[in-house]
Amino acid sequence: MKARFLIPAASVAVLFGFFWYALKGGNYDPQLIDSPLINRAAPGFSTVRLGDPNQPLGLQQYLGKPFVVNFWGTWCAGCRQEHPELLAIAHETRIPIIGIDWKDDHAAAANWLAELGNPFQAVGIDDDGKIAIDWGVYGAPETFLVDAQGRVIHKQVGPMTLDVWRKEFAARLPAGAVK
Amino acid sequence: MNAELGQIALILALCLAVSQAVFGLVGAARGWGNWMAVTRPATVGQAGFVALAFLMLVSAFLANDFSVQYVATNSNSQLPTLYRVAAVWGAHEGSMLLWAMILALWSGAVALLSRSLPQGFACRVLGVLGIISAGILLFILLTSNPFSRILPAPFDGNDLNPLLQDPALAMHPPILYTGYVGFAVAFAFACAAMIEGRLDQTWARWTRPWTIVAWLFLTTGITLGSWWAYYELGWGGWWMWDPVENASFMPWLAGTALIHSLAATEKRGLYRSWTLLLALFTFSLSLLGTFLVRSGIIVSVHAFASDPLRGVFILGLLATFILGALTLYAMRAGQLRSSAGFELWSRESFLLFNNVLLIIAASLILLGTLYPLLLALLELGTISVGPPYFQLVFLVPVIPLLGLLIVGMHSAWKRARIAPLKQRLVGIVVAAVIAAVLLSLLFAGRMRTMVLVGLFLAIATMLSALSIPFDSLRRRLPVPRGVVGMAVAHFGVGMFALGATVASAYQSERDVSLAIGQSANVAGYDFKLTDMRMVEGPNYVAREAEVIISDAKGRVVATLHPQKRTYRVQQNPMTEAGIDVTWQRDLFVALGDNLGEGVWSLRLQYKPLIRYLWLGALFMALGGIIAATDRRYRTAGAREATGETVPERA
Repeated sequence: MKARFLIPAASVAVLFGFFWYALKGGNYDPQLIDSPLINRAAPGFSTVRLGDPNQPLGLQQYLGKPFVVNFWGTWCAGCRQEHPELLAIAHETRIPIIGIDWKDDHAAAANWLAELGNPFQAVGIDDDGKIAIDWGVYGAPETFLVDAQGRVIHKQVGPMTLDVWRKEFAARLPAGAVK
Repeated sequence: MNAELGQIALILALCLAVSQAVFGLVGAARGWGNWMAVTRPATVGQAGFVALAFLMLVSAFLANDFSVQYVATNSNSQLPTLYRVAAVWGAHEGSMLLWAMILALWSGAVALLSRSLPQGFACRVLGVLGIISAGILLFILLTSNPFSRILPAPFDGNDLNPLLQDPALAMHPPILYTGYVGFAVAFAFACAAMIEGRLDQTWARWTRPWTIVAWLFLTTGITLGSWWAYYELGWGGWWMWDPVENASFMPWLAGTALIHSLAATEKRGLYRSWTLLLALFTFSLSLLGTFLVRSGIIVSVHAFASDPLRGVFILGLLATFILGALTLYAMRAGQLRSSAGFELWSRESFLLFNNVLLIIAASLILLGTLYPLLLALLELGTISVGPPYFQLVFLVPVIPLLGLLIVGMHSAWKRARIAPLKQRLVGIVVAAVIAAVLLSLLFAGRMRTMVLVGLFLAIATMLSALSIPFDSLRRRLPVPRGVVGMAVAHFGVGMFALGATVASAYQSERDVSLAIGQSANVAGYDFKLTDMRMVEGPNYVAREAEVIISDAKGRVVATLHPQKRTYRVQQNPMTEAGIDVTWQRDLFVALGDNLGEGVWSLRLQYKPLIRYLWLGALFMALGGIIAATDRRYRTAGAREATGETVPERA
């Protein structure tokens, strides 16, 4: 028996070990894959608004006050899931939510917002995915919180909920800024 | 009463599956003829009892027996008869029973058609299949029993998910599962060969037709699913890179690699341990796919965790089957050295590249599919690695794959003999370049590099595939079925690439809001909304639009009736698109919402050559049918029985 013939069995065993661990509820620390951007300056971007290619949209316009950046796309099931929650969050706070429509069909995106409601103060387009790369996005949806100093102070991988907003996002901001 | 009969039949089938495994494997190991003699009848009996259990569930659905929990959850007295049958596999428990029945039928077919194989080998194959059957049946009986009763019985059922109430989707799971599960036969052949420590060219010849048949069912099943998504989901897409689709596509890629590597093993005795590994992985991916989908683990992790017994049981089964086989592989693969040599431009090399590229494609898709799942299992939330990732990473291996295919089809075994073919290849390349340029000018009047590359590869593949049988005919040489099958399937690959390239590059679509009497223009066609009315179906009411389409010269080309249905029981709205089909294009109208004041939102689409994509896939399957019925597979058994080919010990 040669060691190299054990490679397939060993790799599959590792995968199954992982499934098992996950099923049995291991206490894995989600902070481990937190963004290296945390507490650093938010990466700049300049793009145009969805549906209006003449209207520029850039990081500069929002610096000075806290804001939220949400990466989404109509191809993403998790985004549809979080959409009502984003609407609820937008209703609860006056902090602007900037949507970045990631590698998406513009018509479909406009349709989506018309159909489901628009929680975003502005939606920028990211056709080539460069903004998402600069922000280190793992996958959609992903949401970043930027403070008044322009630093990324928190991020959420996966769908946002009102609960996450209250406990993880709003709690990190000065009380006066949120409502 | 029927449900109880089904339950008993299932228990008896489990007993027979266990005997099939024990008598088959122990009998063959000890060389006990009387034990081996029991294996075949046990297998056929198992198939009979699982089929009986399945029929009992069907009859419970047909009789609207809502005292059976599964029927109450997935059917309704208003549901049309066809869909009452399809509802059997509309949810988890019934799907698992369908899975078990198809595995049992495949096992039964192996039992009946394997008389020409050495008895010990056949018994080991059936024994391995028996272990898989026993595991699945135990899983159904302990955690997913479709025959559980509910007391008191509800007056009516909860209805089948309206998305599934469609003829193409009713047929989709049985065909898809026949493909998935059919790879179990290749898996069992591989395990039996490893137990015996013997794997030679005859083994590859026995395994190949079974694998091709499973593959062609999988191909057809995936095609049906894609076609269904196109007209039923209402947005005109034909592939979404959804985890459920990926789960069926990964075994397809591995299976495609397997039928090609089996060719090299059969003809030249090469790549033996690799072929074995592919046979194991193809079925492992099918298992992984079925369970990822069926357990709901991908869509919602919590549904999986909510029944911990089901999750752990599934994981245990997968681990037993896959790790057991791979451990056996680790012990035996070292003995399967092959010594045949070949040159760089020989068919062996092309098949090797084919395998490497297909496996790269499958791995990239596996990575993209499991990544969100892993994050979700780690409670990091649900994310989508959507089409942007898959479209990009899939093109990376596929473009060189097509390029190699164009040349590789003409290569010879063992020796590099490209030189005499140079003339033919140059002709094909020139013709393909001209055709690609003309086509792109015809559709858009402008050229884009990637589209030109796609068109060129597609057309050159089709021409290259056609040239092989025609060249033989011209020279009055016989064309074996295997070669015809190969040419037809690869022609299908080219057709598919043509349809996919043109449809994605030159489609155009518009979301418009129209009042009755207004019209909108897409790709030179005028779409006029002329009427809106309510229509009634057997279990739904629908709002139906009438859209008259005329071309640039004002001639009416089609009148479409897209619908927005509301099913009475579950009250979900469903889109039923109106589609006009010709050889050159589809015109597609989906009805959206009422925007008030008599204005309706409509999605209008023009999809050139999109039919070629599904037609191409069906050509691939057709090629499989032709190749699998090659004479050498039909007579192989007879030669073995007379001892004409002496199996060599590896």
